[in-house]
Amino acid sequence: MNYVIIGNSAAAIGCVEGIRQLDSEGSITIISDEPYHTYSRPLISYLLYGKTDEQRMKYRPDDFYEKNGCKTILGKKTVDICTEKKQAILEDGTQIPYDKLLIATGSRPFVPPIKGLDQVQNQFRFMKLEDAKALEKALTPDSRVLILGAGLIGLKCAEGIRSRVQSLTVVDLAPRILPNVLDEQAASIVQKHLEKHGIEFILSDSVAVFQAQQATLKSGKKVPFDVLVVAVGVRPNTELAAKAGAVCPRGIMVDEHCKTTLTDIYAAGDCTESIDITTGEAKILALLPNAYMQGECAGLCMAGGQKYYNQAIPMNAVGFFELHIITAGNYGGEEYIQLDESGYKKLVTKDNLLKGYILVGQVERAGIYTALIRERTPLDTIDFELIKQKPQLMAFSKVQRAEKLGGAKI
Amino acid sequence: MKRIYVNEKWCLGCHLCEYYCAFANSDENDMVKALKDIVIHPRIKIEEKNGISFAVSCRHCEEPLCVKGCITGALTIKDGVIQIDSKKCVGCYTCILSCPYGAVMPSDHGVVQKCELCTKNQSGDPACVKGCPNKAIVYEER
Repeated sequence: MNYVIIGNSAAAIGCVEGIRQLDSEGSITIISDEPYHTYSRPLISYLLYGKTDEQRMKYRPDDFYEKNGCKTILGKKTVDICTEKKQAILEDGTQIPYDKLLIATGSRPFVPPIKGLDQVQNQFRFMKLEDAKALEKALTPDSRVLILGAGLIGLKCAEGIRSRVQSLTVVDLAPRILPNVLDEQAASIVQKHLEKHGIEFILSDSVAVFQAQQATLKSGKKVPFDVLVVAVGVRPNTELAAKAGAVCPRGIMVDEHCKTTLTDIYAAGDCTESIDITTGEAKILALLPNAYMQGECAGLCMAGGQKYYNQAIPMNAVGFFELHIITAGNYGGEEYIQLDESGYKKLVTKDNLLKGYILVGQVERAGIYTALIRERTPLDTIDFELIKQKPQLMAFSKVQRAEKLGGAKI
Repeated sequence: MKRIYVNEKWCLGCHLCEYYCAFANSDENDMVKALKDIVIHPRIKIEEKNGISFAVSCRHCEEPLCVKGCITGALTIKDGVIQIDSKKCVGCYTCILSCPYGAVMPSDHGVVQKCELCTKNQSGDPACVKGCPNKAIVYEER
């Protein structure tokens, strides 16, 4: 069997590890337009923050490809997939034949059309290692930095570079920070914390026009800057799949085995849509854990196994200057809220199920809540009043506990 | 593979497993020196309520969500034991978000810690099991 993987990040690595669980013989070729050994993209902010370095950012050890019998073609873009001849075509014309193909092309930053943006010299994105390196070069202790976007990428970037620059302002159209992850109350707690660390926010506003080193906002406010980071969102890289004929409503559509609508072609990671089980809707869940698990599922299925990827939920674990935030699911339903010195907690229930939660500050054992969502545990089968207070296995019945801790099911 | 299993029927709620765990993972070779006047942060923890108590530590799952979800590759499986490379870990807590047992926890050193079955410390064999006075925690194949 001849496996070809386009991409070299979490989904691609998951695919290799999935394939190798069942097939130690087949040839695997990894193609990526980035020239690097597989690395973890979310770590670029930690790199600038000084919490990791390029060696430790490697998502797998140096001997990963060798140990897993992978051939790599790095620094080359795949420009076409010929489904008839079953070949991936590289930018230099090389044809790479496949029996089973994984598309793990990821996502790219979305850059909104803003007047004058093309005139800004010192502007950066914040997704890839190259982006972080380029940004780092441009920063000086005197830099005034403007970040567009108060989402996870923009704020992790802000944390990463705050101590290296003179001032840092974040602008977002939404009325609160992390609008896709937090509710109003949690967002305000986190915002205050970030402000204490010297990050300024201008919310419910956006840039009307850029002059060379100044942004004029819709409100009329003027923000001078030396360095601009655009981090307003990401878009899935679906072009390759779409050109080959795969159905791509927003992301690439895949079934429960992570197979696209094309024969022998699978897809995983940020470029795909998956069903969020808390709402039943197809969504792009551009999150590293999901990418890995989709990739692994695809790999197992490509190697002839039967694996389902059908428990996807939105979820995030993120920290800013030692304040930790963990969230999962969606927030439509009945709310239970706890707010005290240790932090903020919101649990959302609907139809006898935990649908979502937000934890700020006190995040210990959050995975017990995540499991309730993912496994769709009927809340009347546990002591929900108890588990509301804090996540604990005591809330389960003796029988359920015996299964969890006694080894009936691992 | 051998794993740690708990039988809540036999658990006395004495918390000795927590102390043995903290001692095994300290750099001291004297238990008193290791534990005197400190707040311990063991990797095994007792839950207790209304006379029921039991210990919880990493289950070393065959399909570990913490390992699959780890954004750095710091969590790995070696011979069935789920290990954490604290040099690689950046403390993002995705594993805390993922673990259905609540068995991965923040460590004193800013990253995370978890039971590694005493494979990396001075005990060699699970210290909680050796120290349990009522055999409520066992280390065996099932």
